[in-house]
Amino acid sequence: MISALHPGLALLLGALLLPLVKPGMRPLLVLGTPLVTLLLIWNIPDGSPGSLAFMGYQLEPLRNDSLSRLFATIFGIMALGGGLFALRTATLPELVAAKLYAASAIGVVYAGDFISLFICWELMLTGSTLVIWSAASSTAHHAGTRYLMVHLFGGMLLMVGIIGHVGQTGSLSFEAMQADSWGRWFIIGGFLLNTAAPPLSAWLPDAYPEASPSGAVFLSAFTTKAAVYTLMRGFPGTELLVYVGLFMIFYGIIYAMLENDMRRILAYSIVNQVGFMVAGIGIGTTMALNGAAAHAFAHIIYKGLLFMSAGSVLYMTGRRKCTDLGGLFQSMPVTTLCAIVGAISISGFPLTSGFISKSMVVEAAADQQLAVIWFLLIAASAGVFLHAGVKFPWFVFFHRDSGLRPPDPPLSMRIAMILFAGLCIGIGVAPATLYNLLPYPVEYLPYTGAHVVQTLQLLLFSGLAFFLMLPVLRRTLTITLDSDWFYRRLLPLGVQRLLARSQPLDTAIRHRAGGIVKGVIAALSRYHAPRGFLARTWPTGSMVLWVAVLLGAYLLAYLFST
Amino acid sequence: MTRNRLIRPRTVRILWVLFTLLLALSVVAEIFIHTHARFGIEGSFGFHAWFGGAACIGIIVIARFLGLFLKRRDTYYDD
Repeated sequence: MISALHPGLALLLGALLLPLVKPGMRPLLVLGTPLVTLLLIWNIPDGSPGSLAFMGYQLEPLRNDSLSRLFATIFGIMALGGGLFALRTATLPELVAAKLYAASAIGVVYAGDFISLFICWELMLTGSTLVIWSAASSTAHHAGTRYLMVHLFGGMLLMVGIIGHVGQTGSLSFEAMQADSWGRWFIIGGFLLNTAAPPLSAWLPDAYPEASPSGAVFLSAFTTKAAVYTLMRGFPGTELLVYVGLFMIFYGIIYAMLENDMRRILAYSIVNQVGFMVAGIGIGTTMALNGAAAHAFAHIIYKGLLFMSAGSVLYMTGRRKCTDLGGLFQSMPVTTLCAIVGAISISGFPLTSGFISKSMVVEAAADQQLAVIWFLLIAASAGVFLHAGVKFPWFVFFHRDSGLRPPDPPLSMRIAMILFAGLCIGIGVAPATLYNLLPYPVEYLPYTGAHVVQTLQLLLFSGLAFFLMLPVLRRTLTITLDSDWFYRRLLPLGVQRLLARSQPLDTAIRHRAGGIVKGVIAALSRYHAPRGFLARTWPTGSMVLWVAVLLGAYLLAYLFST
Repeated sequence: MTRNRLIRPRTVRILWVLFTLLLALSVVAEIFIHTHARFGIEGSFGFHAWFGGAACIGIIVIARFLGLFLKRRDTYYDD
């Protein structure tokens, strides 16, 4: 028996009740259930309040400690803020799917055993796919289906890994492990796929930007950060993760620099930011793990905010390409300001949340004397400002006058943005509020003279580089080929070619086989068809004659044989 | 359409002057703070300024180079 109520259940109940209540009651459920969830998160004791018997296994769906609480809290905040933003625009199916999505993400971070983890993992996939499909366009439908396929493959990796791991150790418990058996490597593979790690990173920028304005806000938060949590819980200090993280960081920056669609810029930026977290988990010291956890928390807020501002622009203008946008600051001041707060937060300007979180990961690399990694992380920090800090707000809200004069979005959407912008600044100004939630005690002082000055140097000169190189950064009506090309182009093309090549052979075989079958039929019909030799009607006399012949032959045979 | 005050040429010029001042200030401020270099060139004067700028130019050049091979018109997958 479990003696405490699982915080995810409040959201799940919300998902079940939403379709049953009158439309006027929906805001109460959309906003009330995350509040109850947050209340529950902060009232369950540490440890496990009991286990649950399931098909002969003891499950531990509610294991609580500071790491689980941190991720559950930010998921609860996101369910609340995202719900507020979605209230006005989202369809009922999207609201229900988003609740299921948030509830299962919270389920993942509380799962103490692999069965609970896997069930929540796949429920999360169900919720997120439904959120994408809720946009109800054919592109969203196709992108959602591709997303589902890739993640079903990821779920299969995880399932195989869990079977291997449990077979080898006999334990279902989800604890810190070494990556030293094939089962565990499969588990890492399953986790990494959800962080949008290579080689299948493209699922994220392919799917998220096709969701509705509010759908993308939910999507930006849960899947990748739940995966970051599982890596942090299961495989801290696995060296491979440092290199995977670094790849993700630069992949995200470079693809975002080439991109024209504002929400695809932000989607690549998610991969970039999750790269910092994965690299931190790979470094594995308490400072690095604290940094990765803090960065996940801060990132969910500022990336949610950035997606809200992009969603507001999409909702008010119906446009998403940088080539179609520009100059919107003139009529959307609140959205512009909130986008700028999100942009400076992701870049890590002093007094914003990014400043106090990302720097912990970078500092951890220096503490471990990882010189090359440290230089790369510093270069990447400059690159973050380049693609998300300047490029996104510049091309959408400033740059040139597109002639569009949409007003700011409706009040509930503005309040959601202002709330998240406030959190970005609040965490940056009072870092202790976040540091007190981290899994390990924090002995890091972000606000030293050197750190502030060096960060300002890095970011301001990155800004200078952007404006000096602006002619090179002209937007074009293009996309950039990514690993989804293999299953969107190469695979269908391969199947088509194979069919085209095999057609002559197929025709020849059919022709030959048809000939043989025809021959058999002709031979049979010669004897057995209505006019066939054996099917003819014979006169009685001929039968008597043939019987006499047979008897005669028999008699002769008998006479000669004796 | 009247031009917003923020994008009038005069304002843009003022913004550039302010930005240049900020850039200079961020480098000059290094004289007055105590830095603790751990890796070779990190100790060079204004390291974060020149390294940040150079890194960005490097990233833009690499992105442009990869773009030569990987960019396609945005209706590529619609065909």
